[in-house]
Amino acid sequence: MNRTKASFLALALVFMTSLVVYANDEGTHSELETFVPGDVIIHHVLDNHEIHIGNFHVPLPIILYDQANGGIVGPFSSHHLANGSNYMGYAMSHEKIYFVGEGNDIVHDEQGHINAPKPYDFSITKSVVGIFITVFLLIFIFSIAAKGYKLREGQAPKGLQSAVEPLILFVRDEIAKPSIGKKYERFLPFLLTVFFFIWIANMLGLIPFIGGFNVTGNIAVALVLALLTFFITAANGNKDYWMHILWTPGVPWWLKVPIPLMFIIEFIGFLSKPIVLMLRLFANITAGHIIILAFVSLIFIFNNLYGAAGGFGVSIVSIIFSIFMFCIELLVAFLQAYVFTLLSALYFGSAVEEHAHEH
Amino acid sequence: MELLTPNIGLVFWMSLAFLVVLFLLKKFAWSGILQALKDREDFIEKSLKSAEEAKAQMSSLKAENENLLAEARAEREQILKEAKDMKDKIMSDAKVSASEEGNRLINAARTEIEKEKNQALSDIKKQVAELSIQIAEKVIRTELSDKNAQQALVDSHLNQTTVN
Amino acid sequence: MELLTILLDGLAHMGAGIGAGIAVIGAGLGIGRIGGSALESMARQPEVSGDIRANMIVAAALVEGAAFFGIIVCLLIALN
Repeated sequence: MNRTKASFLALALVFMTSLVVYANDEGTHSELETFVPGDVIIHHVLDNHEIHIGNFHVPLPIILYDQANGGIVGPFSSHHLANGSNYMGYAMSHEKIYFVGEGNDIVHDEQGHINAPKPYDFSITKSVVGIFITVFLLIFIFSIAAKGYKLREGQAPKGLQSAVEPLILFVRDEIAKPSIGKKYERFLPFLLTVFFFIWIANMLGLIPFIGGFNVTGNIAVALVLALLTFFITAANGNKDYWMHILWTPGVPWWLKVPIPLMFIIEFIGFLSKPIVLMLRLFANITAGHIIILAFVSLIFIFNNLYGAAGGFGVSIVSIIFSIFMFCIELLVAFLQAYVFTLLSALYFGSAVEEHAHEH
Repeated sequence: MELLTPNIGLVFWMSLAFLVVLFLLKKFAWSGILQALKDREDFIEKSLKSAEEAKAQMSSLKAENENLLAEARAEREQILKEAKDMKDKIMSDAKVSASEEGNRLINAARTEIEKEKNQALSDIKKQVAELSIQIAEKVIRTELSDKNAQQALVDSHLNQTTVN
Repeated sequence: MELLTILLDGLAHMGAGIGAGIAVIGAGLGIGRIGGSALESMARQPEVSGDIRANMIVAAALVEGAAFFGIIVCLLIALN
């Protein structure tokens, strides 16, 4: 009991110090201007061309595709573009890269827009690094686990293998089998990969102090995952599935002719499924990050309003709340991976389901 | 709104990375892991089934043994019963024959005794008759000589016979 | 003119905020009902609580998805 208490306290202390450092970093950032929590939070939630680890800014490679400039440009380090400086005619404002021409600065028009051509940005951004770390972890963990299965064939699992086995079985027995039915084996590799990818990426985003990755909270990542689910569903849809969309059985004919109402409704449902899937993942993870950052921002808001004493007083409360939110987010990290995988499995299940032809 | 507009570069990298990891894991991890899990489950199921079968076999064997034992026991019981019956029968037979024999012997003895008694009685009667005749002869004889003597003789004879 | 734009902008923000609030109320009511009924069913039939839990999460996720639609629309209004 004492030991658990002590370790909990130690953990809380680590959390506090890291959050304070995290927050300090924030402070130095925005001391020049007045502290605008909304901007800071959005900046942290969005993608970035460098990684902040504590006070270090790790530059990342920038790769551009600019047809006007002869295809692929780069890779070059993002520190060339730091603070709006010009490199090879490119300049960056709010993480967006514009072609402004050699030696020119970014010009804003009256409305504050920038009317410079934007090359396609294929840079290795913070989120791309997060994806690579996740992918690396996935391959690392599961290659070891797979080796374990080969080494100890037919024996009880050991080490990492026994850590991932319940999760694999969970995905197989609790998600794939009941949702898809007999043909679950075809979809299992995708479901497992999606589940572990989302979970690891979610947890990567929760580690404080290593750059604040927001991989799954980025709409592009969620979009790709949802689109893959969509394409796999469409590719595996059997006759019954398409029939259900085109000519829904069991409804009166006047809902189908002359205005194909049922078709429109079913088609909207067909398209909205992946969109909701994407939005759910993106919004949940982003919301979690925003809430945690908002609690941290409270310290600075009170610091600006009432001085250091106010900031310190609020920091106690906001750190407790942040820790609480971190715990909730750990649950959400798993839950969103589960929900995404489960809903994907349900969509696959509806695509391959053999309907009884009675209705 | 930047939060909601997917960046083409990130979409590209994400698709690439995810498809590569999907391919790699499918090829090198999932197939092996899932197969191993399935094999292990099949093995466990098979083991359980064979254990169940062995158990059933054991119980059937046991039942058979029990049957055999019960049969043997019943047979033994029967044999014992038969033996006992036979013994009882023999004993009762023997008793009956013994009593019959005894009765017969007793009867025979009785008849013998009766016969002997009759014989003896007839002998006595004969003797008494002879004695009577002798006495009568003697009486007659002495009567012929002396009257007193004859009286004395008769008395003495009579005394003798009463003694006898 | 200037005043009108500011006013309209403010109204748009207000509408977005109110809309997001209503979406959250709806989602909260929905998820609350789902959770309540699921708990009740679990208490009645503890042997199928695993199934109920999975279905509860699916239903809650669907409600949540609808709410996110609303919130995202509001966000778009607020941030444009």
